[in-house]
Amino acid sequence: MSIGTLAPPTVTLHEGAARDAESSRSWRKLVRNPAAIAGAVILLVVIGAAVFAPYVAPHDPTRQSLIRRFTPPVWAHGGNTAYLLGTDQVGRDILSRIIHGARVSLVVGIAAVLVSLTVGVTLGLLSGFLHGRVDTGIMTVVDVTLSFPQLLLALAFVAALGPSLGTIIVVLGLTGWERYTRVVRAEVLALREKDFVEAARAMGAGPTRLLLRHLLPNTFSSIIVMSTLQVAQAILAEAALSFLGVGTGSAYPTWGQMIALGRDFVSVAWWLPTFPGLAILLTVLAINLVGDRLRDALDPRVG
Amino acid sequence: MLTLIVRRVLRLVVVLAGVSVVTFAILHVSGDPVSLMMPEAPEADRAVLRQAMGFNEPLPVQFVRFLGNTARGNFGNSFFHRAPALPLVLERMPTTLLLTVLAMGLSLCIAVPIGILTAVRRNSVLDHGATLVVFLGTSMPSFWTGIMLILLFAVQLRLLPVSGWEGWAALVLPTLTLVTVGTPLLLRIVRSSMLEVINLDYVRTARAKGVSEWIVICHHALVNAALPLVTVAGLQFGLLLGGAIITETVFAVPGVGRLIVGAIRQLDFPIVQAGVFLLALIVVLVNFAVDLLYIYLNPQIRVR
Repeated sequence: MSIGTLAPPTVTLHEGAARDAESSRSWRKLVRNPAAIAGAVILLVVIGAAVFAPYVAPHDPTRQSLIRRFTPPVWAHGGNTAYLLGTDQVGRDILSRIIHGARVSLVVGIAAVLVSLTVGVTLGLLSGFLHGRVDTGIMTVVDVTLSFPQLLLALAFVAALGPSLGTIIVVLGLTGWERYTRVVRAEVLALREKDFVEAARAMGAGPTRLLLRHLLPNTFSSIIVMSTLQVAQAILAEAALSFLGVGTGSAYPTWGQMIALGRDFVSVAWWLPTFPGLAILLTVLAINLVGDRLRDALDPRVG
Repeated sequence: MLTLIVRRVLRLVVVLAGVSVVTFAILHVSGDPVSLMMPEAPEADRAVLRQAMGFNEPLPVQFVRFLGNTARGNFGNSFFHRAPALPLVLERMPTTLLLTVLAMGLSLCIAVPIGILTAVRRNSVLDHGATLVVFLGTSMPSFWTGIMLILLFAVQLRLLPVSGWEGWAALVLPTLTLVTVGTPLLLRIVRSSMLEVINLDYVRTARAKGVSEWIVICHHALVNAALPLVTVAGLQFGLLLGGAIITETVFAVPGVGRLIVGAIRQLDFPIVQAGVFLLALIVVLVNFAVDLLYIYLNPQIRVR
């Protein structure tokens, strides 16, 4: 409503209706952005490739063929239409390996964020709600976590626990939770004195109910945005760990490992490290575009 | 202001204690450090090592001893190099710091002017271009960026060396790679904090009284926009040190990062612990300095 309107607001929107209006506005904002749409489309393709990998991949990603070693991509001289993006140093199809690699990236990205969310949100709620010693203690842990370069910490602990998919997920999850703690804590601190919380308390709501029903939902929009962006970071971190040699510890292809192996052949076969890197770039870019747009759409402070 | 500084110093001590706990945990998190160090050794040999290293004692006892040793700079001997771990790490620290500081400085040199320009000329071609670069920069895996730079400048154009650390030319590609890690976030912060102050009343007043546009931007606006930048630049330092691990591995730069990555492959945990502890120590100290700088720069705190 513009400031100049003189007529009194006669119609009070029902709360639910207001929320619907707000969410549809968010939705319209989200849809109106071509970059975000492009991001969403790329993301859908990547997710589709990951889910249906065995059906869409043209070849077995682990099958080697010595006569087909170093086949260049199809458009380059000596390319073969059966191997669109070429083959690697032992003749494995690069496209198929990228398609299968999407599985590892997405699983690690999403699962690590779930671990971070669980830990970070719980500690944030406790920290903001209980203040005092608990708060000081938790915030000290946050400070300590922030003192380490995240990748370094992940590298050391994955190596110590033995590289595996589960280890990577847990370690990346446990090195990225502090952002949620900080935001949830700040929101709880800001909200806990608000009238609606006071009202709920007066009506006899216990602390658990206050936290879960009244405080937590108010942090959802920032949590959604942060976790989307963290998926992107976790995918980059997993690729970096694989590149450094503390990956999933299995022969299943991952993008980071493909780049690590391709690095040694960069002067004879440029396509080996290039395409898996492009896959990472596109996937992470897509998530970042969607996440950034989500932030604009969900955050009422941004125009 | 003094109480604030005292509080920061206290926090520094607490955080350093926490950093020691985490470093200690690297070796003990798996439950059995001996099988971590010598996975293929027979049980008899393991028992000897367990006895010799004091792994039989309760964890708190071991931790206190670890603290004492750490305070004296003793992280044990490297299994691989057969020499004390700390000097091996320290010897390579200047290389890593040089790389990080160069990249940090260059990132700031790029991010600050471009960030200001994009904020002043909002929605211009430059602004949109910079946004695109920021998105690409944050989405590229740095090790891949490094390899692509090698492909372009070393393999195709033959301008720069592929890897190694001989002469100034060898510095270019690793630094450039690290700059792509550091610049995007800084640029984003400069732009958004400039946008926040540029329309405030006091900036408008300055314009209204006829102060030239450049002085308004550089003197009135930038001074206030600098505060968040200082904090982020401090945090960024940790990110770049982490990035240096990767860059050093890609370009075979003989720094701490490459030493740690190598040590991890050889299960040489004294080196890993010494390296992790020292890098964290640097991050903590840099952020402590940034905190003090923040207190000094922020008149709201300084005056009190």
